[in-house]
Amino acid sequence: MNVWLCILVMAGVTYLIRMLPLTLIQGRIKNRFVKSFLYYVPYACLMAMTFPAVFHSTDHVIAAVAGVIVAILLALKGKGLMTVAAMASVTVFLISMLWGIQA
Amino acid sequence: MVLSKEFRIGVKDGIPIALGYFAVSFSLGIAMLNAGMTAVQGAVMSVSNLTSAGEFAGVKVIAAGGTLVELVLTQLIINLRYSLMSLSLTQKLDEKVTLWQKLLIAFGNTDEIFAVAMNHQRSLTLPYMLGLQSLPIVGWTAGTFLGAVAGGLMPRSVSVAMNVMLYGMFIAIVIPVAKKSKPVLIVASVAIFFSSLFQYVPFLHDVSTGISIIICTVAAATFGAIVFPVKEESDETETQISGKVGGEG
Repeated sequence: MNVWLCILVMAGVTYLIRMLPLTLIQGRIKNRFVKSFLYYVPYACLMAMTFPAVFHSTDHVIAAVAGVIVAILLALKGKGLMTVAAMASVTVFLISMLWGIQA
Repeated sequence: MVLSKEFRIGVKDGIPIALGYFAVSFSLGIAMLNAGMTAVQGAVMSVSNLTSAGEFAGVKVIAAGGTLVELVLTQLIINLRYSLMSLSLTQKLDEKVTLWQKLLIAFGNTDEIFAVAMNHQRSLTLPYMLGLQSLPIVGWTAGTFLGAVAGGLMPRSVSVAMNVMLYGMFIAIVIPVAKKSKPVLIVASVAIFFSSLFQYVPFLHDVSTGISIIICTVAAATFGAIVFPVKEESDETETQISGKVGGEG
């Protein structure tokens, strides 16, 4: 499939999602179920995309596991987006190197 | 020159977002390269979409040779949350903001821009919103492009490690909220459970990634909406904002 067409379709859908409520809907959403559903969507989606895919994203599973543990611990400590993402990445790199030498 | 002052305040507020976006989009660029896309295609996707989770999923669908319907559904489900943010944003926009100005503001309504905008002390004007969005858009696009270019020169060990940044970012968004909110923790766990089924159960493994993400998200979010409906009182907007601080592109 044509990549440019994919990009165009993605951009169109995403823009409409952002634009339509901003321009069309004047009041607030009253439906409690819809509000609740939308509230949980980002968390459900991000976790479904991360797990278990992250464990299959590296050459050595042990490196991914270590990276995830570091990310969770730092996030629990309230570290920012940058710190968590960078340290998870560094951990994966270091563990992969160590494992590569041993193997 | 009130307008240009508003713009400058917005630009300043956008600096930390732009720095975070640059690093994260670099790994997105690498993922795009691995999916067979060019750096220019990656940059165009980033400047026109401005959504890390959506782009990441879109790249997966493209790499897997998915259909356009699959692509539309993936974007719709993953980015549906933006509609709620846009809705909240309408409550805070300055009364003078016109329809065409809303059309511009809507374009860059990402998680972080929404969060910062809702924390702004005054009502939101067009210059402030454009200022706020400017640097993050540049950072997001430049990072994607450089990631796709330099990603090819990079040893595999480095690009694999950088790719994990995206997952680290997703963890960084969800964990602080899950720590405070048991319902979010449980909904996230339900999502992981379903997603593991799609990964490890043989016949479910054949379902494409795009569709499985949608199913996992809808199932877990529906579960949450039924078992833990959000409070009817006025602070659901507060919850939304605090829940999104440090979110994604």
